[in-house]
Amino acid sequence: MATQQTKTIGRLLLSPAVALLLFWMIVPLAMTIYFSTLNYNLLNPGMETFVWFENFTYFVTDPAFMASVQNTLVLVGSVLAITIILGVAVALLLDQDMFGQGFVRIMVIAPFFVMPTVSALVWKNLLMHPVSGLFAWIAGIFGVTPIDWFTDMPLFSIILIVSWQWLPFAALILLTALQSLDEEQKEAAVMDGAGPVSIFFYITLPHLARPITVVILIETIFLLTVFAEIFVTTGGGPGTQTTNLAFLIYSKALLQYDVGGASAGGLIAVVIANIVAFFLVRIVGRNLEA
Amino acid sequence: MGSITLKGVRKSFGAHDIIKGADLEIKDGSFVVFVGPSGCGKTTLLRMIAGLEDVSGGAIMIDGANVVDVPPAKRGLSMVFQSYALYPHMSVRGNIAFGLKMAGLPKAEIDKKVEDAAAILNLTNYLERKPRELSGGQRQRVAIGRAIVREPKAFLFDEPLSNLDAALRVQMRLELTRLQRQLGTTAIYVTHDQVEAMTMADQIVVLSAGKIEQSGSPLDLYERPDNLFVAGFIGSPKMNFITGRLAEEKGAKTIGIRPEHLGVNKQSQGWVGKVAVAEHLGADTFLYVDVPEIGTPTARCSGEMAVKVGDSVGLVPDETRLHRFDGDGKAIR
Repeated sequence: MATQQTKTIGRLLLSPAVALLLFWMIVPLAMTIYFSTLNYNLLNPGMETFVWFENFTYFVTDPAFMASVQNTLVLVGSVLAITIILGVAVALLLDQDMFGQGFVRIMVIAPFFVMPTVSALVWKNLLMHPVSGLFAWIAGIFGVTPIDWFTDMPLFSIILIVSWQWLPFAALILLTALQSLDEEQKEAAVMDGAGPVSIFFYITLPHLARPITVVILIETIFLLTVFAEIFVTTGGGPGTQTTNLAFLIYSKALLQYDVGGASAGGLIAVVIANIVAFFLVRIVGRNLEA
Repeated sequence: MGSITLKGVRKSFGAHDIIKGADLEIKDGSFVVFVGPSGCGKTTLLRMIAGLEDVSGGAIMIDGANVVDVPPAKRGLSMVFQSYALYPHMSVRGNIAFGLKMAGLPKAEIDKKVEDAAAILNLTNYLERKPRELSGGQRQRVAIGRAIVREPKAFLFDEPLSNLDAALRVQMRLELTRLQRQLGTTAIYVTHDQVEAMTMADQIVVLSAGKIEQSGSPLDLYERPDNLFVAGFIGSPKMNFITGRLAEEKGAKTIGIRPEHLGVNKQSQGWVGKVAVAEHLGADTFLYVDVPEIGTPTARCSGEMAVKVGDSVGLVPDETRLHRFDGDGKAIR
């Protein structure tokens, strides 16, 4: 349908939705930008003063800021590495014919459907608890001192939990990609004298380049804003060891009641996310070109 | 170098037999075509020779050695797949070189062999391209290049021309035959197209329902089919089969006569009938004639003969070219 009339009607019918979405986006953005230039603390309501860009200066020079940027990048990078490497391995295993295939696949996907707060609680209280946790019990069997996960290696603990949540997603996407790999290609490689390892590196892995890119891009979007797992387990501590950008902004706004500072932080987070996205697309995006 | 012998080769899935004991002798340097309707097991048999399918029983000998337990890569065969199965992320050079690279040859030698193969196949200008940037015929040539570069004992072709359009298929048919003669390497070629089989083969193997029906030179099969199946499968249009009184007069259950051995006349000699359909191909005309008691035999006549639908014609069979078959469908000679 490409007549002038249908085009006009189409635009007319679409415009309320577009206008609503625009309004929904513009108002909070405008307010955030406005608040970021105010000295606005909820403890002193009605005392707002216009301070230009001081909030940005304070936020960036805060020692917690650099720590949180670093934590964010470490968290995103580690979870990506773990989920992709293990995801490929799990996908290869699930691609094999085995008894109870359907059931095993559903079980593997299950963690993805557990909400972040719940899975964080399960890990914190049932698995990683230094006294009553499963890991502590296993350590006890071997006579080893149980690890106090959230005190001794807090960021690594968060990485473990988040990886556990995102591994099914990576495995699932990579599994569907594996199933679309042409069987004759593998047979041709076998005839050419390639062993299983060569087939993996020369045939399977190049075939997976595109789905891996998709996994990296999608996971990055969500991993930059990890919050619930940190809030439920460590609360950003000890110190700022597990504070990422999202948690830092939360603590500015709702622990320190500094609305101006939090708004400035939010805008900086937007800029950082865009920088990450830019480099990501530069590095892996060319895999998506047909 | 390159003789292949099958001795009672069987393949079964559970109680279901796919290949019911195949015995076959393939001489070094010959071009053998496996032909048969779809589902007859010809591709399975080829894949068993390649080592991509397990063998349930019998022996496959390559140059006198039983290779049933030898992995595919060690059998010294190379295969061209129906889908070509090119490696999509590798250049043409990478595709052709892959087998040599896996064999651990030095780089200089690989480059030389790849370039020689590319020169034979007119691919020199395309070596750095990816498969998706090539046309169907070029992809086909890359697949062949990948096969010849390893200097195998035999080539295995699995319906390699079925994805090409008609004109290109005829051209590639010629190129393949010429290349095989030039290299002198044994080739086994699977197809369901009996024209491909007749034109390319030194030896045709006709398969049906997992059994080798007959094997021999193309003209052998055309002139002396062993049974009804081979008689009906080889030749286009199909041989006419006639049963009943006429056949019994000749002392057979069924008699067969090819369309080209039925003389057409307008003087109502021989079997007389009305033309139901006339297919004018230019040089030839195929007539489908309704003859009472016989059915609708096909006859070939010269394109110059003016015959219309509804005309009454007489068909005179060439008695020396008559094929007789007994109740089991076996030829009586």
